[in-house]
Amino acid sequence: MSVDASPACLMLSALAVPFAAALLIPLFRARPNLREAVTLTAAVVLLAVLIPIVGPVMNGARPLWTGVEVVPGVSIAFGIEPLGMLFALVASSLWIVNSIYSIGYMRANDEPRQTGFYVCFALALGSTIGIAFAANLFTLFLFYEALTLSTYPLVTHHRDEESMRSGRIYLLLLLGSSLMLFLPAIIITYVLAGTVDFKSGGILAGTGSTLLAALLGLYVYGIGKAALMPMHRWLPAAMVAPTPVSALLHAVAVVKAGVFCVVKVVVYIFGLETLTASGANEWLIYVGSASILLASLIALTRDNLKARLAYSTVSQLAYIVTGAALANATGILGSGLHIATHAVGKITLFFCAGAIYTALHKTEISDMAGIGRKMPVTMTAFLVGSLSIIGLPPFAGTWSKWVLALGAIDSGHLFVVAVLMISSLLNVAYLLPIVARAFFLPLPGQSAGAVKLQEAPVACLIALCTTAALCIVLFFGAGMIENLLAGLFVRPLNTG
Amino acid sequence: MNGILAQLPILQVVVPLFGALLAAFFRRGSTAYVVALIVSWLMPVISGLLLWQAMTTGPVSYHLGGWEPPWGIEYRIDVLSGLVLMLISAVGALIMPFAWHSVAAEVDADRQSWFYCMYLLCLTGLLGIAATGDAFNAFVFLEISSLSTYVLIALGHDRRALLAAFQYLIMGTIGATFYVIGIGLLYVTTGSLNIADIASRLPGAFVVQPHAIFAALAFIAVGLGLKLAIFPLHVWLPNAYAYAPSVVTAFLAATSTKAAIYLLIRFAYGVFGEAIDFRTLAIDEFVMVLSLAAMFVAAFVAIFQTNVKRMLAYSSVSQIGYITLGIGMANKAGLTGAIVHLVNHAMMKGALFLALGAVVFRIDSVKIDDLAGIGRRMPWTMTAFTVAGFGLVGTPGTVGFISKWFLVIGALDDSSWLLVFLIVASSLLSLVYVGRLVEVIWFRDTGPAAARASDPPPSMLVPTLMLGAAVIYFGIDTTWTAGIAERAATILLGGRG
Repeated sequence: MSVDASPACLMLSALAVPFAAALLIPLFRARPNLREAVTLTAAVVLLAVLIPIVGPVMNGARPLWTGVEVVPGVSIAFGIEPLGMLFALVASSLWIVNSIYSIGYMRANDEPRQTGFYVCFALALGSTIGIAFAANLFTLFLFYEALTLSTYPLVTHHRDEESMRSGRIYLLLLLGSSLMLFLPAIIITYVLAGTVDFKSGGILAGTGSTLLAALLGLYVYGIGKAALMPMHRWLPAAMVAPTPVSALLHAVAVVKAGVFCVVKVVVYIFGLETLTASGANEWLIYVGSASILLASLIALTRDNLKARLAYSTVSQLAYIVTGAALANATGILGSGLHIATHAVGKITLFFCAGAIYTALHKTEISDMAGIGRKMPVTMTAFLVGSLSIIGLPPFAGTWSKWVLALGAIDSGHLFVVAVLMISSLLNVAYLLPIVARAFFLPLPGQSAGAVKLQEAPVACLIALCTTAALCIVLFFGAGMIENLLAGLFVRPLNTG
Repeated sequence: MNGILAQLPILQVVVPLFGALLAAFFRRGSTAYVVALIVSWLMPVISGLLLWQAMTTGPVSYHLGGWEPPWGIEYRIDVLSGLVLMLISAVGALIMPFAWHSVAAEVDADRQSWFYCMYLLCLTGLLGIAATGDAFNAFVFLEISSLSTYVLIALGHDRRALLAAFQYLIMGTIGATFYVIGIGLLYVTTGSLNIADIASRLPGAFVVQPHAIFAALAFIAVGLGLKLAIFPLHVWLPNAYAYAPSVVTAFLAATSTKAAIYLLIRFAYGVFGEAIDFRTLAIDEFVMVLSLAAMFVAAFVAIFQTNVKRMLAYSSVSQIGYITLGIGMANKAGLTGAIVHLVNHAMMKGALFLALGAVVFRIDSVKIDDLAGIGRRMPWTMTAFTVAGFGLVGTPGTVGFISKWFLVIGALDDSSWLLVFLIVASSLLSLVYVGRLVEVIWFRDTGPAAARASDPPPSMLVPTLMLGAAVIYFGIDTTWTAGIAERAATILLGGRG
């Protein structure tokens, strides 16, 4: 009991840290250095609070805290299980790196409204932690919407006509889908099961298969943040935001919150046995696979770097949804791994895109010929990120693709393996030419010879080198994540 | 002390009535204001005690002048009427501090004492509707509240307020007439005016004169429908809300339609439900179709309004559709949703219209373009406004979510998938108009009109913030809203097996 109280306490502190930061940041609005110090401190403290929880969770502890009962049988409640632990760790550790990057990017580009920017960022991170630790669908939904609302000011940061239009798409698609599909799905679950708590093995056993398939549809499309096509339109639209936002939120926190919700619903609401026994997951495997390929194909056609990366994200998110749809332990493991590995890879690519914009003010790929000579560090990091996304050893992305393929074989869906292979080829086709152009084509209007280095601010470089290094570290450290996630399928020792 | 406690039901009505008389004696607005303030702050105490009594010891029955019901007039406060009393008096108490500056700015000095007199009369009427257990007495209070409302609306600064008041006068009079015809028919068929007594006699009378009772139902439903602005009898409402003084708009939006809805629930479930099975007549479906029409048409119209007061007025029509939809579902979850939304909508619209009142106080305009960027000038006011706005959309963590939760469960209990879809789809429309407001208020560059704005004085700001906070608080702790609503719904449905 006393052993267990401590992780629960740490969990609540972890939730409080970002929100406290959001309150503190405005106090220092006149002193930017102190203001950024608050963000950085909060990010470090958050990770420091999370790390001591990992051990107990790996040993089977499941801290749980239940608050007010909102309606009968539905409370605000937080708990930690392996998936949420992993997601919180990914989001919080990348928040540190991203904060360093933000400082370089926002100052170098002389962005307006920086105090508001950091406040919303902290709120978004707090909401993300809330999603990671939600112990039932209601709490999850609460923070899911909070995440949408707190990121809206970030998407519309520039306040010009284009960003306001994108903001409208963002708000309407994300809030709209969640209110029209996700919420009814939650209420239907409540009516069917009498509870909305996440329980291992699911709470929907014994429900008819057609209803289950329809309900799964409501969930995966209602969770618009998972960007399963055709619900993906908000993601490219959100790219008008400053690059740190695209990097942490629209490659990590927000989109990963989406797929995290999908995985969580599959594991803890439907239950893997219930799904496979009823066959209600079958259709989603096909839809997910189609989304993987289609989004990759669209990415090929985009010349704007951030737009190409956005469609790449849509495709990579579909990996995770497909992995969840396989509804077996290996598939879920692959999905969980991919949440982490794709995060480090894609954030690196976005950091690089932002660095290129900061240093050279280029956004279109066709203008990026020869820039490798001006920005060798950035473009090397870009190469590392790309190779990780493609899934080549020794980079992190290798393992998640590997395990996903194993999951597909386990469940007898061999075509998914083929889809993964083709997708890898498509990744090569839309990512590597960028690196090739940067290094092998000459700079326009400049003869061969020494070129002056023109890198982004040091803060940006530190950040993108760190995440590139993480791509390699995670290749060797993937076992740790696997160990953590393995706890998903053993009986928890202690549920209190 | 016990003596006073026993007199609470009548004090609830008599105190504001005499307050109104007293206020009329003073020429100075400020003296009348003090009377109104004291009375308004006394009311929640009385309502709170009554609600507590109704919750712990069952319905409170008070016999006027010592005459036994059904001959004498009975005041009867059960859980539902206690909740409505509490709602009306709490809103009244919150609005009064706000009124001081707002009325001073919007109503001519020589009319201010009349304003407070009329406000107290209106309060009397609305509280009376909820307190009385007598059908004809309810008509009297309905008229008291309506007549005073006409005056209150006409006191608006804009000359169009006169037209709006006149329009409401015509519609309101038709409504009251219809209602009293319906009561007459009930009296003829059952020989009683006591609501509980009518209910017990109705099944017998229905066997003898079914057509007269159907006619009574129709007259009462249409009469109350006019008062509560059920679609398509809502045409008086947007103008009345748009041109009345800001305090009046907030007060009416939060309480006036709610009292009429209360009476409708009372008659539908407490009286006619005893004799008539609504399902065989498809009345429930008729109500639901009208409700859905309100939810969609009015919300759609709201999107295109440029006067924000009008926009929110149309939003009210749409939100009233949610309430009547829940009434039409006639199951426990649906009815709970209706009752809880009655309370929740009062909080949200109260906060929204008070915030708008503060805007009027500062910049004397509610045109959407004049509100550009006003969020940075009036951050606290607009925070309350935004919170309440997202409440309308039904964001989790706000009261709007709770209402929708119960309504959707009600629709599922009806196994009506279409209804589930329509309920959630209509929230998308409210997202559009709320989103539009949020965008203008917070994300546009500050316009010339908004540039001279600032947060209002504390007497206006605090009530606005309190209502805004209530939108969040009661979205998380629902013991006092959904908990009581559920009890009330159980009691209302309990009469029928």
